[in-house]
Amino acid sequence: MTSFTKPLIRRRNEPTNELGLVRADYDGAMSTLCAGCGHDAVTASMARAFFELSIEPHRAVKVSGIGCSSKTTAYFLRESHGINTVHGRMPSVATGAIAANHELTYIGVSGDGDSLSIGLGQFVHAMRRNVNMLYMLENNGVYGLTKGQFSAAADMGSTAKKGAVNELPPIDPVSLALAVGATFVARAFSGDREQLVPLIKAGLKHKGFGLIDVISPCVSFNDHKGSTKSYEHTYKYYNPAVHADYVPPSKQIKAAYDAGDIMPIELHDGGQITLRKLENGYDPRDRAAAVNKLFESGQSNEIITGLLYIDEDHKDMHEMARMEDRPLNEIPYAELNPGAAKLKELQKGFR
Amino acid sequence: MSDLLVNNFTIKVGNVNGTGSASANALLMKIIFRMGVPVVGKNIFPSNIQGLPTWYEIRVTEKGYRGRSGDIDLMVAMNPESYKRDLAELSPGGILLYDDTWPRPHFLTRTDITVIGVPLARMCNAAFKVARSRILMKNVAYVGAVAALLDLDLDIIHTLLREMFASKPKLIDLNLQAIALGYDYAKENFGDVSKFKVKARDLTKGKVMMDGNTTAGLGCVYGGATFGAWYPITPSTSLMDAFVKYCKQLRINPDTGKHKYCIIQAEDELAAAGMIIGAAWNGARCFTPTSGPGISLMSEFIGFAYYTEIPMVLFDIQRTGPSTGMPTRTQQCDIQLCAYASHGDTAHILLFPADPSECFDMAVNALDLAERFQTPVFVLSDIDIGMNDWMIDELSWDDNYVPDRGKILLPEDLEGMEKFHRYLDTDGDHIPYRTLPGTDPKGAYFTRGSGHNKFGGYTEDGAEYKEVVDRLVMKWASAADKLPAPVVRKAKKPTKNAIISIGSCDGAVIEARDKLGADGVYLNYMRVRGFPFSSEVEAFIAEHDQVFVIEQNRDAQLRGLLLEHTNTPREKLVPLLHYSGEPLDYKFVRGALSEALKIRKSA
Ligand SMILES: Cc1ncc(C[n+]2csc(CCOP(=O)(O)OP(=O)(O)O)c2C)c(N)n1
Ligand code: SF4
Ligand SMILES: [Mg+2]
Repeated sequence: MTSFTKPLIRRRNEPTNELGLVRADYDGAMSTLCAGCGHDAVTASMARAFFELSIEPHRAVKVSGIGCSSKTTAYFLRESHGINTVHGRMPSVATGAIAANHELTYIGVSGDGDSLSIGLGQFVHAMRRNVNMLYMLENNGVYGLTKGQFSAAADMGSTAKKGAVNELPPIDPVSLALAVGATFVARAFSGDREQLVPLIKAGLKHKGFGLIDVISPCVSFNDHKGSTKSYEHTYKYYNPAVHADYVPPSKQIKAAYDAGDIMPIELHDGGQITLRKLENGYDPRDRAAAVNKLFESGQSNEIITGLLYIDEDHKDMHEMARMEDRPLNEIPYAELNPGAAKLKELQKGFR
Repeated sequence: MSDLLVNNFTIKVGNVNGTGSASANALLMKIIFRMGVPVVGKNIFPSNIQGLPTWYEIRVTEKGYRGRSGDIDLMVAMNPESYKRDLAELSPGGILLYDDTWPRPHFLTRTDITVIGVPLARMCNAAFKVARSRILMKNVAYVGAVAALLDLDLDIIHTLLREMFASKPKLIDLNLQAIALGYDYAKENFGDVSKFKVKARDLTKGKVMMDGNTTAGLGCVYGGATFGAWYPITPSTSLMDAFVKYCKQLRINPDTGKHKYCIIQAEDELAAAGMIIGAAWNGARCFTPTSGPGISLMSEFIGFAYYTEIPMVLFDIQRTGPSTGMPTRTQQCDIQLCAYASHGDTAHILLFPADPSECFDMAVNALDLAERFQTPVFVLSDIDIGMNDWMIDELSWDDNYVPDRGKILLPEDLEGMEKFHRYLDTDGDHIPYRTLPGTDPKGAYFTRGSGHNKFGGYTEDGAEYKEVVDRLVMKWASAADKLPAPVVRKAKKPTKNAIISIGSCDGAVIEARDKLGADGVYLNYMRVRGFPFSSEVEAFIAEHDQVFVIEQNRDAQLRGLLLEHTNTPREKLVPLLHYSGEPLDYKFVRGALSEALKIRKSA
């Protein structure tokens, strides 16, 4: 089987973005996932976020590991470079790519198996380094591509399709991210585009490592009764707590505008992320509060979603490495070559 | 023992790790080098930070040989733990110098050597107050004693100490004092005991003493690498240390403090490999230094880079395996590992430097080749080359050098094209064009380690799959003539016997061959410097009746590659293997060759 290309159909009066592109310009190859797979909905939300942000497709880079979720980088942004790496190792490839050129917009797509088992180390270290990327963890509680084994994200007591009960405690990527220093930490649900698209936009515009843990049900292996990652279970316990949106520099909100509910967070590009608290007394700039909130919601089985934590001031990898603004891959060799005379001089110390 | 005792002998110092012996040994070697006499230094050290035995060999060789001699003529036995072994190792007629603050009568069991006792500890305890300096100065004092025995030039010693401690002037006097303690005592008591002497010559002009990790790191700077990722592992760490050092000196904008490079200490070797793949894919020149265990971990990524055609430069500073092995002992044991690293059908480009000079050149070559062929390239150095100071010709640089960035399409190239396909062999040279992210919408493509066709699309079609992997093997084979050519040394007289060897074996092989030649035994010699092998290699084997393949591993790995990749009957390639972990010496090679030739003749 070879890959399908989606036909480019352009309707009349189709909305365009600032670049004059339509939403379909942000599509990729035809998905080969199961009908109803949560991942396809996430793909659509990612494409929409890029469209709405008017990012030139060729200035975006998609990176992924291995899994059904990781395959999806082929299914959007056909005019972007994409790289499907090896299982669990996308963060390192992303880190190297970003070191070489920090000016592009990087989106990583991974699964709960890819990130929390084989790739746990790389996932954590990319967060520690505050690599400037948005990391989409499409979480279905199982290994979809290898047919339904429990992943490390499976909740205790959740059952597999054939009845086995998971007895191991889950690794919660959101708590983990808070512990190791990620600077944009969110949870979302593939079934709630209203929340997800703005969140992706905010995450793409955030400078530093952004994680969105998206519950994204696997209809083939983990959507049955007894699974805590099914559509039904997620809808039942779903609690959108903080709504985040991105506001470009040109459309800044005025201070007077519903100041009590809306919290603007200034971004490096001059834009803002606006946070609308759907619950009182929650400050997403407070890491400890975020940890507490997660713990409490976990106790009541509630799935708290939205932008749970943000720190816009922390240095990202580029800044910590004191690299100059110009991407490494654009520095001409003439500036890198110390020259023959210098080599002679250097060797005086070796006599 | 040789009759030629001037500028032709070997000193070995046995010491305890962590007592400052390294700088004393370096000083001793430099004094001789500065006197214009060629030296060879070999550090034989334990995998430990403090307390275990460590040795340093300094060969003084007017003829400029580069391997070990296999003899020890002057043993400085500073470590009671290894006295017995050190005593046994000394060649007949040799001198043993030890610290007789605590007399050791059992040294007198050997009548074929001379024992010299110098009360180093006693003298230093009397002269220095601080406990740590007493230990450190004991080592400097033996340098003084050895200097007296060998007639080393005191002026040079003084100059060197002043240079070494230019930033810490207090230490100059301390060291000068320690030198004098040893020197005066030895002159007074053993003034004319030693027949081994160093006489000043003019043979080290234009030479430097450098280790291969330093030169390789410097090569990466000169080759234009801007990114490096690594995970610490002996013996490759000092390569990255060198890169860091020279980047700090040469690549920081003095006005802004901003860096024109990025170095990441990764969480493990898998991540280091992933990082350089990401950076290379995105158009930065980059590399990772590691050793065997790191290559094992990187294997999956190496196959990924091979199949997706991403440039990747790896330095493998080989150490003994398997597993952790003897991490501070040298071997050439990763040849086959690197040649075929990763699962599935893979074959890689390997470069084999023989000394620090070639490490510098081959670092630059590797950066060029990886981008030209869009594939992993390995530089296989080892502990002997990487961590020992070698006397080499001063490194030079051609200011006209232009990096070969390979086949990269720029927006202006893409403009005229109907459509870009990542894996199309448009030029018929088996190398496709690539594009860099962010440069042009037309250049976008999807990189995948899963089955892909020549257009870059996903495939599970057998014929489409084969088309790509068949091109890959042709691409690999076509690199053979672009690698550094083998070095051939012809014997003085025509012969049907030959040697093929590799890397750090070179010095010992050359010397053994000289000695055999003097006895009328002639051998042609080829040192291979790259894999895939050029056609010259097969032709060379074909010209001879028997070829001895000398290498430093148990399983004859180079021979295995030669059998696999040339049309040669097995019996023709005779393995001569050294794998104790110590650098090769010519006596071993001469012995093994003589033995093999005798057996062959009588068979
Ligand atoms: C080294 C290695 N081991 C195992 C596999 C097999 N494998 C492929 S995908 C996968 C699990 C993917 O799970 P997840 O990341 O949750 O993705 P999903 O399919 O659920 O979206 C595994 C184990 C592999 N590709 N590579
Ligand atoms: S197996 Fe599950 S995760 Fe994979 S495509 Fe099907 S529904 Fe999605
Ligand atoms: Mg999964």
